Amino acid sequence: MLLLTCPYCGVAAEETELAPGGEAHLARVGPEGTDDAFHAYLFEKENPRGVHFERWRHAMGCGKWFHAARCTVTLEVFGTYPAQTTEPPEHIRAAISAKRPGWTWRDLA
Amino acid sequence: MKRYSAFAIAREALRNHTGWERAWSSPEPRRRYDAIIVGAGGHGLATAYYLGKNHGVRNVAILEKGWLGGGNTGRNTTIIRSNYLQDPSAAIYEKARSLYETLSQELNYNIMFSPRGVMMLAQTEHEVRGYRRTAQANALQGVDTEFIGPKRVKELCPIIRLEGPRYPVLGALWQPRAGTARHDAVAWGYARACSDMGMHVIQNCEVTGVRREGGRVTGVDTTRGPIDCDKLGIVVAGHSGRLAEMAGFRLPIESVALQALVSEPIKPVMDVVVMANTVHGYMSQSDKGEMVIGGGADGYNNYTQRGSFHHVEETVRALIETFPMLSRLKMLRWWGGIVDMTGDRSPIISKTPVEGVFINCGWGTGGFKAIPGSGWAMAELMARGEPGPLAAEFSLDRFREGRFIDESVAAGVAH
Repeated sequence: MLLLTCPYCGVAAEETELAPGGEAHLARVGPEGTDDAFHAYLFEKENPRGVHFERWRHAMGCGKWFHAARCTVTLEVFGTYPAQTTEPPEHIRAAISAKRPGWTWRDLA
Repeated sequence: MKRYSAFAIAREALRNHTGWERAWSSPEPRRRYDAIIVGAGGHGLATAYYLGKNHGVRNVAILEKGWLGGGNTGRNTTIIRSNYLQDPSAAIYEKARSLYETLSQELNYNIMFSPRGVMMLAQTEHEVRGYRRTAQANALQGVDTEFIGPKRVKELCPIIRLEGPRYPVLGALWQPRAGTARHDAVAWGYARACSDMGMHVIQNCEVTGVRREGGRVTGVDTTRGPIDCDKLGIVVAGHSGRLAEMAGFRLPIESVALQALVSEPIKPVMDVVVMANTVHGYMSQSDKGEMVIGGGADGYNNYTQRGSFHHVEETVRALIETFPMLSRLKMLRWWGGIVDMTGDRSPIISKTPVEGVFINCGWGTGGFKAIPGSGWAMAELMARGEPGPLAAEFSLDRFREGRFIDESVAAGVAH
């Protein structure tokens, strides 16, 4: 059972209390975007074997969206953080680097 | 290759079984092949088999990082059906089902295809309308299905409870020629036939890179050294994204865990496959007597080959609602496979941006039933360089062009 701590209400929520929301930090593509960019935004999701950033909603709790950094191979959770950001905060990146030196995700490292 | 037959069994019985030969050889990889297939699961081996049989391409290697049929081919619930709503899906799944009917004879290997019939329960008015529509569509596609009422459901499967606590059984979509097969035997049978055609099935050989020159594939790097090829087929299910990355393109695929479980063996209690998509559980009884139970897919990316516990609880709850007599049954084994989900829940059999590289993936939660048809279509694509009628609609471009083959509404999760 996956346990994620909601960064808003502090509850260590079990998977059944949460709703998965897919890849985090997606940049929306507007009317001025190219076909390629729109295609990539809609379909070409990150599908890493290792470090991954995701959106989750504390659906059966406070109801708020948050982000989680997680390993898709070991199911280890590196940390959770509020959704009001366009990229993972420094302390989350440091926590990942401590355990997965040399990790990359999109253009982050 | 020595043929398996009743006579062979009698002959070997008389000489202490000393005359059986290995079903397939395990050769050292050559420096070069005409075509390399990555992934020796059902789909990869079927691709190789039909490349040799239908198109005469026999200088082929099938590379497998683990052991033969050790991925999703050995991790499914062995259900074979073709009652899909959309024409392209019905065509390829029906092709597969019809090839399964004679596969044991064709491969001279008993895959134990059992056309026992598959019943998909309708437990809401919405499902009743949906399955009536599917039955009509299937009639036009030449797929033999019918919508049956609760009385007939009970006749076909007496252990079912029609008046469930949450959802009563209002009818079912019944495909009498659907059924199950021995999943490992499908991989083993194809491997034996490929080996017999002189192809190399190479296990414990992981592909670590794809070599390209001027936008064209020239070979692969493996844990057993570099191997050259003209054509490369990527047939690796959950790890498709990783292989695509090595070849330098991206796929509209996300990998999640899908799980299944089996009970302790009991005496025969049901001789059909029952799928209950509203409460979400599906079940059949294996020849050994185990109840083979399909669970749900997780909603998040996962490469662990095990699913989450709460899905087991949900699945078992659904089954006890539908089959109360199972409530004291003990579960024996539980496992997960990594399935490759596309946006429209339909597969991809396609050319790729790299010339000479072809991909067959995205079968998601429903790949086993498609193995012969998928191999047939993929072999045609690799041999000719252009997709045939079965594969044409399943191209990678369809996402960009908006030509989705939307089965997710029709089939739900149990797909």
